[in-house]
Amino acid sequence: MIGLEQYIGVSSLLFAIGFFGVLFRKNTLVMYMCLELMLNAANLALIAFSRYHGGMGGNLFVFFTITVAAAEVAVGLAIIVALFRKRQTVEVEELNALKD
Amino acid sequence: MTDIFFYIFSILTLACAFGVVISRNAVNGAMFLIGTFLSMASLFVLLEAYFLAVVQVLVYAGAVMVLFLFIIMLLDVKETATRKTSVYTWAASLIGFGILLVGVVAINSADSIKTKAEALPEAAGVNLKAFGYELFTTYLLPMQVTGFLLLIAMVGVIALSKKPNAQ
Repeated sequence: MIGLEQYIGVSSLLFAIGFFGVLFRKNTLVMYMCLELMLNAANLALIAFSRYHGGMGGNLFVFFTITVAAAEVAVGLAIIVALFRKRQTVEVEELNALKD
Repeated sequence: MTDIFFYIFSILTLACAFGVVISRNAVNGAMFLIGTFLSMASLFVLLEAYFLAVVQVLVYAGAVMVLFLFIIMLLDVKETATRKTSVYTWAASLIGFGILLVGVVAINSADSIKTKAEALPEAAGVNLKAFGYELFTTYLLPMQVTGFLLLIAMVGVIALSKKPNAQ
């Protein structure tokens, strides 16, 4: 039978993969997808904790997290489109107007 | 039986997540991300959170990924090489992974958390009626705030998508 450790292990590995993706890719859209991976890893951990605790708080929190993530994706992609319209690029290394 | 399913779906989740990170083409990455979300929904089913599994498929694999694919194809970005990584990037990622590892080990060795499968309590997330009841009694204020947040997001997206000089 699967214990809580295995679920936490999968969740942390998923979070680490998303984290590496955000650090090592330079396409803003791919970075954004890796952010979604990290959010999902947190969701999995919350549901696993909720299941092994026997309460419902984790499940409800994941419900709110999914809602907020959907709103975040909509706004973030609108920002990326606005940025692309102005600068014609989505590469993070070329978006350095605030740097100098 | 559930053990085998757990291993299948967790390996599938991690493999698809790795595909998101390493795939050169953003469209392939989005397809891998759909695979990750679907296998994650299967893991939710194994954890007996059936409603959240359905929401995961509908909202993430459905709405969010359609939005992602739409924007990827709209912008039509040419994928180039991966970012030139400095030593700071490596240091930051290693430190972050180390902190995460410490946290996981601390959770798994804590005595106060029942982690054994033998001590598994009754699944509370199965009961959809109780789910809705909790949502509209205990968590009524977060529910209202979330609705307001969605409204703000909608207004924000409309404001961002307007052409700046369209009077």
